[in-house]
Parts: sequence; C-alpha cells; structure tokens
Amino acid sequence: MNTEQPMADRLWDYIDGLSSPAERSAVETFIAANQEWQRKYRELLDVHQLLVGSELEEPSMRFTKNVMEEIARHHVAPATTTYVNKNIIRGIGAFFLTMIAGLLVYCFATIKWPSTGSSSSDLISSYSNSLEKNSPLEKINWGKLFSSSYVTAFMLIAVVSGLILLDLYLQRKKQQVSR
Amino acid sequence: MTYKELTDTEIIKRILQGEQALYAQLVLRYQSYVFTLVLRFTDNREDAEEISQDVFVKAYRSLADFRGDAKFSTWLYTIVRTSCITFLRKKRLPTASLDNERTLIQVESRESDIGATLVEQKSRHAMLNAAIGLLSPNDSQIINLFYKGEQTLEEIGRIIGLDPNTVKVKLHRARKRLKEKIETHFSYAMEELSGHDGLS
Repeated sequence: MNTEQPMADRLWDYIDGLSSPAERSAVETFIAANQEWQRKYRELLDVHQLLVGSELEEPSMRFTKNVMEEIARHHVAPATTTYVNKNIIRGIGAFFLTMIAGLLVYCFATIKWPSTGSSSSDLISSYSNSLEKNSPLEKINWGKLFSSSYVTAFMLIAVVSGLILLDLYLQRKKQQVSR
Repeated sequence: MTYKELTDTEIIKRILQGEQALYAQLVLRYQSYVFTLVLRFTDNREDAEEISQDVFVKAYRSLADFRGDAKFSTWLYTIVRTSCITFLRKKRLPTASLDNERTLIQVESRESDIGATLVEQKSRHAMLNAAIGLLSPNDSQIINLFYKGEQTLEEIGRIIGLDPNTVKVKLHRARKRLKEKIETHFSYAMEELSGHDGLS
C-alpha cells in the first residue's frame, strides 16, 4: 500500500480513476473514517467538477465556412512517406560515417605508439612524458596526411559516392513531379 | 449512416478519396477544441480565430500524413502548438520578466480587473478560464489537454514528450496551482456563485 504518497496525490488518482482497486478501497476507507481526508476530498472534487463542467470557447458562426472556403484553394499534399526515401537518408548517414571512419583509421595508423615490451609503470611514465614533451598528435605530419595519395583517393571516392546519392535523390524528385 | 456517425478516421479516409466537403465535419467537431487551445496562447479572439483557421488549413494539407495511430485531436494539437509559436514569433509579442516590479503591478491590476468583471458576470466558466489564463503556459496546456481536449495521460505525454507518470505529477501540480489562483483571486466570486447556484 502506498502510504508515503501525499494525501492529495492519492485523492487525485482516486478522482481521476487512476488508482488500483486495492488503492481505491483504501482511499474510500480513509475518506469514510477520517475527517481530514473527507475535507480534502471534497475540496479536490470541487476543483475537478469545476474543470469537468467547463465549456470550450466557441469561434464565430462563420468559422467552418471560412475554413471550407480557404481549403477549396488547396490540395491535400502527398504523404511524407511517399517522397522521403529512407534508403537515401541511410545512404547519406553511411557516407559521412565512412568518411569519419576512414580518416580515423588513417590517423591511428600514422601514430607511433610506445613499445609494448616495457612494464606498465614504464609505459605510463613514458606515455605521460610523451604527452608532456611530444604528444602523439604532434608526431603526426598533418601536411603529409592531407597531401598523401591515400587521402586524395579516399576523398575522390567520397565525393563520387556523394554525387551518386545526390543524383538518386534528384531523380526520385523528378519522377514524383512528372507523376 | 449520417456523417455525424462516422469516425474521424473514416472521414479522413473519404476526404483523401476526394470527398473534400466532408472536412467540414472535422472542422465542426474540433473547432471549439482548437479555438480554446489557441486562446491560451493569445488572448485576442480575432488572432485566435485567424490561427485556428490556419491550423485547419495546415491540417487539411497534411491530412495524408495522419496515420491514425494517435487520436486526430492529438495530431491536431501538434499543429496548434507549432502554428501558435510561429504566429507569436511573427508578431514578436512583448514579453517581460515577472521579476520586474512594474510587470508585477500590471499582472496584479489585470487579475483584479478580471476578478471585478467576474463578480458582475457571476460566471463560473469565465472565472475558470480567467484562472487558467493566470497559470503558466505549461500548466494551462496540461489542464486544457486533460479536461478540454479529453486526452489521456499517455496521449498528453506523447504530445509534450514526457512519460505518463511525469504528466500525472505535472497535472497534480497544475491543479494545485489552479486551486491556489482561484482561492487568491476569485474566492469572493466563488462564494457568490456558490450561494447563487447552491453549490459547495
């Protein structure tokens, strides 16, 4: 039984019909036996009844007619699912992921890691020293990286894939317009 | 079978098959719901009517996107919200911080004006709407969706991107704050109404 929950919350759940059958009977017992619960219940029930009995605001009498006159000039647009191709979205995502992955692989491949034969404490000290004096990122020859034939080839493939995707998208759009 | 007996999904299906005139049935069913929600974003009835009309036109244009896995009113509410935000951005309505002393005085005078008018009107409905209007947009949104939109906690959660339990807690708090607003600003009107209507 939920005894920790404040009285008002339990009463609201009871009024809204959200409490379990066990909780309902517990609340009913409290309301019947306890004056404090009874008073609070009446108080909350008043607010609830006020809200339930509230009326909606009405627009002007001509409202429906105005809307119908306005929509006579419009057409229902085709559903988004008919013109948004999920494969294209997935393709664009894959394209960017491939680009990022390719660059990361190349960057890691160019880093000269410390030798693995030394003990762990040596490794940590040598690593911290290398971080202080000569961090791995500093060891990378960025100029060489971006001028190497590997990157040129990779970028070429990426651009060609991008153009293929763009072409696919435009073709699809053209087909829809012609329909 | 009359048009009134058709479900929203059946009406939408037939509109998509070319029966444009049937859209009037959907407008008739939801115009008060949309108009009431829009009025929470803008106090001006003319603006609210313009936005509501825009909501129905947008809904008509996007009708093919309604998949029917949620209630039509839930789907409509997402259009109401975006349309209202766009409208308010376009209008660039002046907003002020409540920390500002001058703003507080303005709010209080507005509240007392509402209170005075309501005693004259002796209208529970007007008082309630005024009290809801004094709540924060988030509180009034939840109350309107739950009571006026008759949306379940799950549906409200889907609309505002929260889980149903959080919505429930927020609804409890919103009602508590509404009760406080009524007690603070409309207690006299409530007593008058209770005496008049014989209600507690």
